[in-house]
Amino acid sequence: MSKLHIADKIFNSRLFLGTGKFGKLEGMTEAVRSSGSELVTMALKRVDLQSGSDDLLQALQIPDVNLLPNTSGARNAQEAVLAAQLAREALETNWVKLEIHPDPRYLLPDPIETLKATELLAKEGFIVMPYIHADPVLCKRLEDVGTAAVMPLGAPIGSNKGLLTLDFLEIIIEQSDVPVVVDAGIGAPSDAAKAMEIGADAVLVNTAIAVANDPTAMAIAFKEAVIAGRRAYEAGLPASQTVAVASSPLTNFLLD
Amino acid sequence: MQSFQKKFQEYRWDSIHERIYNVGHADVRRSLHKTKKTMDDFLVLLSPTASQSLEEMAYMAQRLTQKRFGKTIQLFAPLYLSNECQNICTYCGFSMDNQLKRKTLSSIEIMQEAGALKAMGVNHVLLVSGEANKTVGLDYFLKAIKLLRPHFANISIEVQPLSQEEYYAVHQAGVNAVLVYQETYHEEVYKQYHPKGKKSNFAFRLDTPDRVGQAGLHKIGLGVLLGLEDWRVDSFFNALHIDYLQKTYWQTKYSVSFPRLRPAEGIIEPNFIMEDRDLLQLICAYRIWNPDLEISISTRENEKFRNHIISLGATTMSAASKTNPGGYVVDPQSLEQFETSDERSMDEIRNVIYQVGYEPIMKDWDNYW
Repeated sequence: MSKLHIADKIFNSRLFLGTGKFGKLEGMTEAVRSSGSELVTMALKRVDLQSGSDDLLQALQIPDVNLLPNTSGARNAQEAVLAAQLAREALETNWVKLEIHPDPRYLLPDPIETLKATELLAKEGFIVMPYIHADPVLCKRLEDVGTAAVMPLGAPIGSNKGLLTLDFLEIIIEQSDVPVVVDAGIGAPSDAAKAMEIGADAVLVNTAIAVANDPTAMAIAFKEAVIAGRRAYEAGLPASQTVAVASSPLTNFLLD
Repeated sequence: MQSFQKKFQEYRWDSIHERIYNVGHADVRRSLHKTKKTMDDFLVLLSPTASQSLEEMAYMAQRLTQKRFGKTIQLFAPLYLSNECQNICTYCGFSMDNQLKRKTLSSIEIMQEAGALKAMGVNHVLLVSGEANKTVGLDYFLKAIKLLRPHFANISIEVQPLSQEEYYAVHQAGVNAVLVYQETYHEEVYKQYHPKGKKSNFAFRLDTPDRVGQAGLHKIGLGVLLGLEDWRVDSFFNALHIDYLQKTYWQTKYSVSFPRLRPAEGIIEPNFIMEDRDLLQLICAYRIWNPDLEISISTRENEKFRNHIISLGATTMSAASKTNPGGYVVDPQSLEQFETSDERSMDEIRNVIYQVGYEPIMKDWDNYW
């Protein structure tokens, strides 16, 4: 299985994890370890950067696991940029997952503010990974301003509804020059496998693992599904036939 | 100005009452199984008939809350700034006609109380006061917020209704959320309980969340004082208010609280008794109707109820609360607003949450936003 490159980093695992919603921090640590993930995202607003001894950060001190701070809670580009700058200072990482959702109900990303913030942060040298709607045009616009990857949603955050945006994800994957990470909505390992089969570079999963009865076992299930999906993609999935082949072909007359 | 009044006037108390008490079993089945719930479904779930499906409602509430909020509980504590008040509210310990010594914290005292809260691990704080505009008005609040902002990740206020400009000013100073309870949506009953003071103006209070929304605050907390009127009907109107606000101020989060009347110095007995079973039904109904709503549980509730509600719909809890100004260290004996029921320490509550398999969260915001 090929390795994934994003900016200057190389990942063996194509499964990224979110760290919210876990009932126990130890359970979260164990799930991350078992998933084999090398990139986990955490909300900056949850982290106490002042105290220097934040329990969430400590629980994420896992060998080979990189932190991807996110700007969840920010409602516009200005707030997101501020959060990213503080994270860079406190956590010594220039990676940031841009989450700008002014709508607190479905947490849908604001495309305009996200584009603005990506441009500002990329200019400042950040490795920006924006959470966005599955909008192929927006993805190309983000590439133009220097995004490191794009993270289109499969369905609203936490909805577990799977790849409702499948057709648009396929267009994004087809057109993209940067890695495509399917984020949000992945509710079951089969959804993750499907995303990988269509050629996504990685998936990000949170709720489905965090809220499972056994988060560790679920993390392993996702790990295996992501590997299976990626292997299938690389092996070359036979295209599914969209048109039935008639038993008396319409072109037979050419042979007469 | 945008106002809830128009929507509110489309509904009659008596007809809502009649509908709630005439809900049938078939209505409950239908409402429980619909994917998208409306105000009509909330009304059905409030009904005495729906209480027979409480186990199923509790299961749904648990699943929906876990999906949206995870297995987490956000903790906060109140900081009472003052018990001076020019209103007469016949159920409240701070009522003006209550002949007791009044106290408003000085800057030094505010910091002493803040220090005690920080030592408990509190990072989200709720500032509370009575209504005494001359001594505890906008200037006083701005001073308090300026003092506290560097020390807390999140500041909410539960004070007298302010103007839109004043809400904007406190928001700019660092306030994240405003809590304002209508107490009751029954206008005549409201007037009986609030005979004197600025608070006797029902309409001004009803428009308060609109002013908060227009000022752009991040969160608005609503509630009714359970015990003044029939909780089922009052809660329908409260939800109607939230529904209107959510559509009008779509960038704002909403939370709902469930103040049940508690004993306080010199107050009347509640007219309507709400049992634990009723409160659980109400919480489940809110959750099933509105999966995104924050549900806040105070120390008015008893230990047993609080222990169980952690995994049944609650998202936010106060703990170790003192409801009197200076209650933590400065003046523990001053007049309190109401008696708390759950007096366990912050550490004990964190441990209880942990035992249930949930993560107690002390910080989920940043004071630079």
